[in-house]
Amino acid sequence: MDLASAKVIGAGLAAIGVGAAAIGVGNVFGSFLESAIRNPAAADGQQGRLFIGFAAAELLGLIAFAVAMIILYAQ
Amino acid sequence: MAAESKIDPMHQFQISPLAGNLDGSPFVFTNSALWMFVILALVWLFMLGGMKRALVPGRWQAMVEGVTGFVAGMLETSVGPEGRKYVPWVFTIFMFILFANLLGLMPFALVGAQPFTVTSQFTVTGVMAIISFSIVLITGFWRHGFHFFSLFVPHGTPFILKLLIVPIEFVSFMVRPFSLALRLFVAMIAGHILVEVFGSFVVSGINAGGVAGPAISLLSFVFIVGVMALEVLVCAIQAYVFALLTSLYINDAVNLH
Repeated sequence: MDLASAKVIGAGLAAIGVGAAAIGVGNVFGSFLESAIRNPAAADGQQGRLFIGFAAAELLGLIAFAVAMIILYAQ
Repeated sequence: MAAESKIDPMHQFQISPLAGNLDGSPFVFTNSALWMFVILALVWLFMLGGMKRALVPGRWQAMVEGVTGFVAGMLETSVGPEGRKYVPWVFTIFMFILFANLLGLMPFALVGAQPFTVTSQFTVTGVMAIISFSIVLITGFWRHGFHFFSLFVPHGTPFILKLLIVPIEFVSFMVRPFSLALRLFVAMIAGHILVEVFGSFVVSGINAGGVAGPAISLLSFVFIVGVMALEVLVCAIQAYVFALLTSLYINDAVNLH
């Protein structure tokens, strides 16, 4: 296998991480909604924590994306 | 045709000098610098329009007061009453990132200008993250002296666990500026690449002709509209997350658990 095709395959494999992060982000918002509907009065106070969880889950997916871009475009 | 339709999504992030060239002097006025001045001017216009201090606020003043109140409230809830001291910095980065992100999405290419997203450069977001991190370090050491290191030791940890937890806490503390800067810059790059790639699908689909080509163009176009709406949301969320995490890190330095 030559380097060019290995690069493309590697970038595709790295992109799996983005999908995994999508599950994570969905989990964060889904769990928040589930509990916010049970107790709407407490929901507003937890929005900061919601976005912290979102930011942490999203960062890992973005790192996977950055790895894919580095594999594809870095010389 | 084959050479024309080659997609080059990284081209939009290229920094090009507007006068002089990049090889000579390190101080060259680039498109990035130009857009930063545009952002500065817009933030100034936005603020000056609302700082009339009228007793009964007009629409513009209510808008500006809404934003300042939002940032002040964020610091109030995460840091406490001492958070007011840090409002200027958090407000500055919030407004700068918000305006930079949204300006990068505007279709300036339609009127011939070259659009550029300032926050899609790791140097720019990195400098903002380093300043935030420096504020945390300076505040922490100023207020607590060497007691600041107790940030790495959670209360009531058994001694055996301390050996494990202190290095982990230290690494997670030191990685904060990188995660702050990386999140913003990669989120911007990812969105713009996505829009660029599907935008070129629209063009090459029409060029290909036949039945399938325009159909793919139409599908891509509908998809872009959705992605653009998502991007506007992401722009605001990234500005909010950067400001929120900065205020949380300041809370660590001020209140020390």
